[in-house]
Amino acid sequence: MKGSMTHRMKLDTANPPAQAARQKGSFASGLQLTTDHDLCPGCGEPVALRALLDAVETLGLAQRTIGVVGIGCYTALTSMIDLDLIQALHGRAPSLATGAKRMRPDALLFTLQGDGDMVNEGLQEVIHTAARGENVTCVLLNNGVFGETGGHMTATTVIGQRTKNTLEGRDAAYHGHPILIGDLLAGLGGTSYVARGSVHDAAGVAKTRKYFERAFESQMRGEGFSFVEVLTMCPTGWFVPTKEGPGYLDEVMGSVHVTGELKVGGVLKRD
Amino acid sequence: MRALMEGSEAIAEAAIAAGCRFFAGYPMTPFTELLESFAKRLPEEGGACINAESELEAIGMAWGAAATGARVATGSTGQGLSLMQESMSEITRAEIPLVVFNMARGQGDYFQATRGGGHGDYRHIVLAPIDVNEAVDITQLAFHLADQWRHPVLIYGDYLLAHTAEAVAIEPRSAESLGGPLPEKDWAVDGSLGGSGRSRNLNPIGMEKGSKGIDPDRFWRLLQEKQDRIEAAEQRFEAEHTEGAELLVVAFGTLARFARYVVRELRAEGVPVGYFRPITLWPFPGQALAEAAAGARTVACLEQNAGQMIDDVRLSLFGSGLPASSVVSIGGISTDAAGFGIGPLLDTEVVRDRIRAALEGRAVDGVLGGPIS
Ligand SMILES: Cc1ncc(C[n+]2csc(CCOP(=O)(O)OP(=O)(O)O)c2C)c(N)n1
Ligand code: SF4
Ligand SMILES: [Mg+2]
Repeated sequence: MKGSMTHRMKLDTANPPAQAARQKGSFASGLQLTTDHDLCPGCGEPVALRALLDAVETLGLAQRTIGVVGIGCYTALTSMIDLDLIQALHGRAPSLATGAKRMRPDALLFTLQGDGDMVNEGLQEVIHTAARGENVTCVLLNNGVFGETGGHMTATTVIGQRTKNTLEGRDAAYHGHPILIGDLLAGLGGTSYVARGSVHDAAGVAKTRKYFERAFESQMRGEGFSFVEVLTMCPTGWFVPTKEGPGYLDEVMGSVHVTGELKVGGVLKRD
Repeated sequence: MRALMEGSEAIAEAAIAAGCRFFAGYPMTPFTELLESFAKRLPEEGGACINAESELEAIGMAWGAAATGARVATGSTGQGLSLMQESMSEITRAEIPLVVFNMARGQGDYFQATRGGGHGDYRHIVLAPIDVNEAVDITQLAFHLADQWRHPVLIYGDYLLAHTAEAVAIEPRSAESLGGPLPEKDWAVDGSLGGSGRSRNLNPIGMEKGSKGIDPDRFWRLLQEKQDRIEAAEQRFEAEHTEGAELLVVAFGTLARFARYVVRELRAEGVPVGYFRPITLWPFPGQALAEAAAGARTVACLEQNAGQMIDDVRLSLFGSGLPASSVVSIGGISTDAAGFGIGPLLDTEVVRDRIRAALEGRAVDGVLGGPIS
């Protein structure tokens, strides 16, 4: 079922294939109903979602997974996700995941949230869920803007970044400092696994997928709260040309929200 | 077996007897004791009660738990209910059964309870028990109605209900005894349908799997049609001495107990007064009220607020021939110094004077009690 981007094989052009080629969706994860979506070209969110779904499938957890989705551009992707889902309000996914997990302790529970959703509107939710050691995985798609509303500053916007309401760039003295949410959560007692990936290139996607697998495995072992933050491109919200998105992500956001594993098995990996 | 219990404890026991296995809340008087009762009892029953970081998260947790098909409740007091409204609206639209308690400070939250309370076009079922025994029945009924309609049910209580001790018998009730068999919860998410092409999305904004965007027309119409069916099917009320009543007293919740007592007393003395109590505040039993008020010259609304239920009373009597000016308020803002809603109106002598005043066409003052400290 699973498609592989790096799949290379010698083609037998003399004989017809045993199975007809799937024209549409041939690169889809087995958990995607379609690859068709309305997000912008060059958006990092569908890429991150694909890595998440691949991890669920690789671990064989598709039939015991419940996702809770926040409100942002990624919300539009829910119609293509072939997993049981609960649509939450802006900022409120971690508490829904908490309630669902308490009633379905054997299920894999993840949230799918943006930086505006999680770090602005719902910051206290994710902090308390983490501190309680709630055995769920919160997933942050961090693009440093409210993409959905048209590119406004969020709590993760880096200093100097231009957004619709920081036209001259985010100024620490006037707009305050970004919150490095992964680092903040890693410092809490209830968290078992924290990692920050980035989907600016293939290697970053592969690592991000590994982080998802490790977080989900940690949850299935009952270790407590796990967190995967993924830096995603938003060329539209950043007002940069589509093809400059990955480079901008890596250089501008990646230099502040530094990628890698922050906490594994309840032990901090960085100081 | 009957046992003496305070309202909060009895309500929690009734919820557990109805199969409630999850509760989340944040302390606030007079809701606190309900939270304490669930915190003590749910773990013993294999359930969970979480001390949420605020009412926003309490209702979020309840939403997530209820989405799995479990029987779930949450609650608070007025202010906390205000914080919960954003979620109440979405839960209604996602058609998730949930029981919510407002252990209110008086009756000032009638509008919030009956008008949907949050954003968007919806209402939820609202039940207002008169005493602890009825609260036990209503709590069990609430879980049944929530499941039957896939709709939130709000129970409107108050300080008096929370803290009055009564002898109650709490037994699990069959679905049949509460109105009939319930539908399968095939909508609930358990995670099992991933990858099947039939996975579920419990969605309050009308999005469906496999199709982009939403069909708002269909989505809103279905919800509205369901609410119309609820409105037709679920009106509940209590009426006494309406035959030959020149004055009909209308009251709800615990305050109605004072009204009922005084009306019985006055009737025994030969005074032609009647009593009507909406048990469902939404849907409001308007037809039954119009029938009860058919022979009356005056309809007197006794409520512990500046006049909220009176709007529904007037709407119910619109076109009945009784002029709006004959629907009068004999209640008012009435509270104690702490603002918990235990005010001078909760006194049969005061209620008696006010019913007398309405009979004689005298006006009453709309504010009772001292300032709130
Ligand atoms: C309570 C509330 N406030 C504001 C909004 C409007 N809103 C919708 S999406 C969004 C921003 C989403 O940003 P983010 O979570 O970062 O996701 P992105 O669009 O960037 O993927 C906002 C502010 C809302 N839906 N609900
Ligand atoms: S605005 Fe940004 S986050 Fe939203 S779809 Fe476009 S690129 Fe993606
Ligand atoms: Mg964002």
